[in-house]
Amino acid sequence: MKILLGDARLVDGTITDVLIIDEKISKLETNIEDNADQVIDLKGALLLPGLVDLHTHLREPGREDSETVLSGSRSAVAGGFTALSPMANTTPVADTAGVVEQVFRLGQEAGLCDVFPIGAVTQDLAGTQLAEIGAMADSIAKVRIFSDDGKCVFDPLVMRRALEYVKSFDGIIAQHAQEPRLTEAAQMNEGYISSLLGLTGWPAIAEEAIIARDILLAEHVKSRLHICHLTTAGGVELVRWAKARGVQVTAEVTPHHLLLTDEAVVGYDPVFKVNPPLRTSADVMALRAGLADGTIDIVATDHAPHPTEDKESEWQSAAFGMIGLETALSVVVKSMIETGLMSWSDLVDRMSIAPARIGGYVDHGQRITVGKVANLIVVDPDATWTVDRALTVSKSKNTPFHGMTLPAQVRHTIFRGKLVLIDGELVGESNA
Amino acid sequence: MQSHLLSISDLTRAEAFQLLDTAEELRKISDGPMKKLPTLRGRTVVNLFYEDSTRTRISFESAAKRLSADVINFSAKGSSVSKGESLKDTAQTLQAMGADAVIIRHSASGAAQRLADSGWISASVINAGDGTHEHPTQALLDAFTIRSHFPEFASDFTGLKIAIVGDILHSRVARSDVLLLTKMGADVTLVAPPTLVPVGADNWPVKISYDLDSVLAEIDVMMMLRVQQERMTNFFFPSAREYSRAFGLTNARLGRLQPKTIVMHPGPMNRGLEISAESADSTKSVVLEQVSNGVLVRMAVLYTLLGGLPLSAGTERRS
Repeated sequence: MKILLGDARLVDGTITDVLIIDEKISKLETNIEDNADQVIDLKGALLLPGLVDLHTHLREPGREDSETVLSGSRSAVAGGFTALSPMANTTPVADTAGVVEQVFRLGQEAGLCDVFPIGAVTQDLAGTQLAEIGAMADSIAKVRIFSDDGKCVFDPLVMRRALEYVKSFDGIIAQHAQEPRLTEAAQMNEGYISSLLGLTGWPAIAEEAIIARDILLAEHVKSRLHICHLTTAGGVELVRWAKARGVQVTAEVTPHHLLLTDEAVVGYDPVFKVNPPLRTSADVMALRAGLADGTIDIVATDHAPHPTEDKESEWQSAAFGMIGLETALSVVVKSMIETGLMSWSDLVDRMSIAPARIGGYVDHGQRITVGKVANLIVVDPDATWTVDRALTVSKSKNTPFHGMTLPAQVRHTIFRGKLVLIDGELVGESNA
Repeated sequence: MQSHLLSISDLTRAEAFQLLDTAEELRKISDGPMKKLPTLRGRTVVNLFYEDSTRTRISFESAAKRLSADVINFSAKGSSVSKGESLKDTAQTLQAMGADAVIIRHSASGAAQRLADSGWISASVINAGDGTHEHPTQALLDAFTIRSHFPEFASDFTGLKIAIVGDILHSRVARSDVLLLTKMGADVTLVAPPTLVPVGADNWPVKISYDLDSVLAEIDVMMMLRVQQERMTNFFFPSAREYSRAFGLTNARLGRLQPKTIVMHPGPMNRGLEISAESADSTKSVVLEQVSNGVLVRMAVLYTLLGGLPLSAGTERRS
């Protein structure tokens, strides 16, 4: 199988043809002549390494009505991702080798992108007993990232032991930083807007207290810590401080926390209900600055599909979470590139190279050079499009960006040398 | 005015005064021989109560009936709601039954707005208390009651000093009162232990005090809020006695109020906790006036939202 891409623009501005043979990039030259099976003239569109998401919820096993590994993979490919890491909070929880292997195999069967499962830190996410971390690491899924995401590993002793335990295989603990007592019944960011709306507040300190504690723990036991979905200015400061001290900490931010604020909650539409909550514009500015200067290493979607009925209710009984795979790139372009804070090269680092490095996903997040596995996407940076929840590839419709016009569009996705998205259509489904 | 009353912020200052004037007109009519007006004849008003509140429900029911509307009481207890029916399904059911107005009481903040904005129902939605968000008709009846005691402020509350005392954090009455009374020009001071003042309230257009005694002497209106016993379990204050000593309207504090000062309470009162029995029953207390004014104000709201016949039509028919 040979694919020839004509006139691709790389992030450094050079224009080149690209020949892909089987899984690999075999030639990068101008004016390649070849009888390739597929030839696409990119006409100067951007060619980037495929995006990597370290924080996805695929809901399988257990809630296949909202997403499956297959439907989530399709959504990922439509959004330009070639690898994703589903979180462990399925039913049953991914706290055994059996469950992570099942998810891994489902990903391989879907065959649209790499699915590298994240394992639970504690059994049933209960926070009391360590899950069989070693067995998950040794399984065919080769799990390296462990997280109780959705819940915080709150017990400091459990967190300490988990951080220590994963060192033997260079694993990493990804913490959902949420002090449980300070967030009982919490509904939205605690501040002026919550005071007006009468919704129970979710103070920034509840996130920052855990981040601070875990940074100190990670420093003490010399382990790798990853902070999931950072949302507060104070959290950015803590991570900046930790990095300056040489602590092995990495951090992520979601696209929605880079663009939306708690003012979106006025109106009580639960599509804006998310954990951690949307914060203030001062927090958004600090997150953007942190992502631009590298304090925050990566963007991760926290793609959280929910069926319509779980969002079509009163605010306080609605589910937390938003989908995000298909809008991630565009939202980052809008909040980081259009604002002049980052270049496309920075975006490639935060959405592909750095997450692949953190996860140890060696076939992903590589600069585009000869010999590398062809996990590539083509982006039209000048396109604009309007988000329509009726048109999501994901099984769920809970996008907070419905009706918003966003910049940049993913045109093609190549996964391991195979075109899986052509002109924005999933391959094999263009006539569906 | 919009077709709903979800929050005091839906009202302009002029609309707020207009509603109070309408309530005043309705009082004059109600004091006459024929209490019932034909203005909403043939219209259906639904009391959709997800929380028990006999007082508020009876007040709205009485207001609607005095305007000749048909009233349906839909309470969560003993209905399909207790079987897990969603707000959406209930709303669509009421829509199919032809409700013209839905008065909703719900434990979730924002429930009234969800009902109004969702497109599930075309009726006018009136918020009769949503969680810890707002209770706009309570604020209107409070303003109406205050105005009747301070006629010199009838068209402008500027210069009127009002203290709202107690559990601000969990009070929908406090939120609506703050919005309405400051919109009308009043000078509002919130008095509470710091644990019961919302984070973010420092941006509200009010003064905040932790010392009831320091504000007692200068206020015209003393509005006491109900304190729920269960607040003690979440460390908001150490004990009922301590709360009462610091923030209760005790007999001693009652004696230090100015002669003109009135004492208000949205009810139901915890006698002996936030208000002493003597204060509740004193000549300064206007608690029962608040109740009767509630009916008038709710009549004015229903009349205005449902666009009933002009008031004069009712009066002419009487003559």
